[in-house]
Amino acid sequence: MKRLMITTALALVVSAGTAAAQTTVKIGVLTDMSSLYADLAGPGSVTAARMAANEFMANNKDFKVEIISGDHQNKPDIGSNIANQWYDVEKVDLIVDTPNSGVALAVNEITRNKNKVFINSGAASSDLTGPKCSPNTVHWTYDTWMLANGTGKAIVKTGGDSWFFLTADYAFGHALERDTAAVVEKNGGKVVGKVRHPLNVQDFSSFLLQAQSSKAKVIGLANAGGDTINSVKQAAEFGITKGGQNLAGLLVFASDVNSLGLKNAQGLILTETWYWDLNDGSREWTKRWQKERNAAGKIPSMVQAGVYAGVTHYLKAVAALKSAADGKAVVAKMKEIPTDDPLFGKGTVRADGRKIHDAYLFEVKSEKESKYPGDFYKTRATIPAAEAFRPLKDGSCPLVSG
Amino acid sequence: MFEIFGIPSQALFGQLLIGLINGSFYAVLSLGLAVIFGMLNIINFSHGAQYMMGAFCAFFLLHYAGLNYWAALVLAPIAVGFTGILVERAFLQWLYKLDHLYGLLLTFGLALIIEGVFRNYFGASGLPYAVPESLQGGINLGFMFLPIYRAWVIGFSLVVCLATWFIIERTRLGGYLRAATENPTLVRSFGINVPRMITLTYGFGVGLAALAGVMAAPIYNVSPQMGADLIIVVFAVVVIGGMGSIMGAIVTGFGLGIIEGLTKVFFPEASNTVIFVIMAIVLLIRPAGLFGRAA
Repeated sequence: MKRLMITTALALVVSAGTAAAQTTVKIGVLTDMSSLYADLAGPGSVTAARMAANEFMANNKDFKVEIISGDHQNKPDIGSNIANQWYDVEKVDLIVDTPNSGVALAVNEITRNKNKVFINSGAASSDLTGPKCSPNTVHWTYDTWMLANGTGKAIVKTGGDSWFFLTADYAFGHALERDTAAVVEKNGGKVVGKVRHPLNVQDFSSFLLQAQSSKAKVIGLANAGGDTINSVKQAAEFGITKGGQNLAGLLVFASDVNSLGLKNAQGLILTETWYWDLNDGSREWTKRWQKERNAAGKIPSMVQAGVYAGVTHYLKAVAALKSAADGKAVVAKMKEIPTDDPLFGKGTVRADGRKIHDAYLFEVKSEKESKYPGDFYKTRATIPAAEAFRPLKDGSCPLVSG
Repeated sequence: MFEIFGIPSQALFGQLLIGLINGSFYAVLSLGLAVIFGMLNIINFSHGAQYMMGAFCAFFLLHYAGLNYWAALVLAPIAVGFTGILVERAFLQWLYKLDHLYGLLLTFGLALIIEGVFRNYFGASGLPYAVPESLQGGINLGFMFLPIYRAWVIGFSLVVCLATWFIIERTRLGGYLRAATENPTLVRSFGINVPRMITLTYGFGVGLAALAGVMAAPIYNVSPQMGADLIIVVFAVVVIGGMGSIMGAIVTGFGLGIIEGLTKVFFPEASNTVIFVIMAIVLLIRPAGLFGRAA
C-alpha cells in the first residue's frame, strides 16, 4: 500500500512537472489545399511549417508546437470562418501562409481583433503592409510592389516602354496592376490599355487579341497560377511573342514554369525572393522538404520557403517571451530581433510588418540550357534588400505615420 | 474600315471567330451531356471530370507510350468511354427508375473523387502538352492571326457534332435508341438488347467528353481543375438549348461561344456571368429551353 502511494505521488510530481514546463503553441496553416494555388502553397506549406516546428522543438524541449491545417477554397467567407473558429475554439496562436489576397485581407482584420499573429507568405497584395497594415501581421515572402519593382523596372529599362495589362479581376490583380503601372510610368514608360478578366478563365485568346491589337511592346500578366499558365500558353499559340511583343509574367512561380514546360516558358522574366537552386542552404533544405513531403520530384516554391522561415522566426520570438498569448507583443519581438534562417539569410522585419530580404530577377532557361529536372532559372540580377521593397514612408501604413 | 460601337470591324471579326472556336468546345461537351440526358435521363455531373481524364489520357499516351496527338484522339475517348461503361454497369444502371437527383448526386460525387485523385498524384498546377507539329503555326487572315490548331478544332468539332446528330436523329440505330427511351419494354419485345444499348450510349457520351479533353490539351492547361471550371458553363448551355435536345446543344454551344466572345470585348468583367444571365432570361421566357419540348 505504502509503495503504491509513493509511486502515485511520484507519478503526479512527474506529470505536474512536465505540464508546468511545457508551453503549447498552436499554429494553423490556412491555405488553398485543392485549387489553383495548391501546388505553390497547400500541403507543401504544411510540410514547411511542420519542419520549422520540429526543428524548434528539438532545441527547445519545454515547448510543444502543434500544427493544424485548413482549406479556405479561395473564398474570403470560408477563410474568415476557419480563422474565427481556430482562434476562438481551437486556441490557435498563429495563422500562417494564406495565398489569395482576398482571404488574406480578411484574416488580417480578424487577427488584429483577436490579438493573435498572422504571418502571410502566399498572398501578394502590398496593402497588407500599406493602408491595411496591422501590429499583428508580418508579410514575409513577397508583395505586388516588389514584383512590379523587380520585373517592371527591368523590362522598361531594356526598352519595353509601352504596356498592356491582362489583369485578374480581384484584389490581387488590381494591386499588381496598380503597382506595376506606377513603376512603368515612373521609369518613363506608358500604359496603353488593360483588360480585366475573371479569376480562373480557360480561354485567354480574346483578351490576347485585344492586347495584340493595342500594339503595346509588353503585355503584363497581372494574374497568377492557372491563369498565368493559360495566358502564356495561348500567347505562344497566337504568335504574340513571335510578332515582337513580349510577355511579362508579373507573378510566376517555379511550379507554373514546370507545368508550362520550358518550351513555352523560356525567356520569361520574373522576380522571386527564393529559388530552390539558389545556394547550398536552399538545396539542402529542398532535399529535406522533399523527403518530408514524400515527393522526390516536387520543387518547393518561395511561398513554402517563406512559411518555413516565418514560423522559425515566430517561434524564436515566442521562446524569447516564453509565451505566445499576446499577439502584439510577439510581433513586436519579431520586429526587434533580427531574422536569420538558411533560406532567406539575415534580414529584418520592418515597423509596418514587411519582412526585408533580397529579391532576384530570373530568366527562364531554354530546354537546351536546362541540365536537370527543376533547373529552370538563370539569375539576371540580384535586387538588394534595401531596394527590393517599398520604402517605409510610401506605404501609408498608419503604424508608421501615427 | 468601319467601326461598330467604337470597336474596329477587324477586331470584331477576330473576336467572332474566337467565340466560335470556344463555342465548339461547348458544343462537343454539351452534346455529350444532351445525349446522356436525352437517352438515359441521367444528369451527368462527372462530365467535366471525364473531359479532364481525356486530356490527361492524351498526356499519358504521349509521355509513357510515346503515342502522339492523333493516336490520342482515337484512343483516349475509347479508354475513357470504357471507364464510363464500367461506371454505368456498376452504379448508374440501378438509378434509372429513381428520381433524377440520385443520378446527379452519384455523378457529382464521382467527379469530386476523380478530381481529388488526379490532384493528389499530379498536383494542381497541371502538365504541359504541346500542339502537334503538323498543326503548329498560323495563318494571317488579314483581320487576325488564326492558329492552325484552332482552325482544326472548329472544323473537327463541327464534323463530330453533325455526325452525332445524324446517327441519333436520322439512322435506324438512333431510331431504336430513341424508341428504347420512350418505351423500353416494347423495344425489348422486338428482340433488341436495350440495357446494352443504354450502356454503350453512356460510354459514347463520356467518350465525347474525353474527345473534347484531347482537343483542349494543347491549348488549355492540362490540370485536374480544367473540367470543374468548364462544366458549370456547359450545363448552362444545355439548359438554354433544352435538356436532351441534340440540335439544341450544338446550336447553343456555338451561339453562346460567340456571345461570350463579344462580351470579352465590350465588358470583359462580365464574361463569365453573361451565359448565366442568358440562362435566366431563357428560363423565364421558355422554361423548356430554346429547342426543348415542353414536357
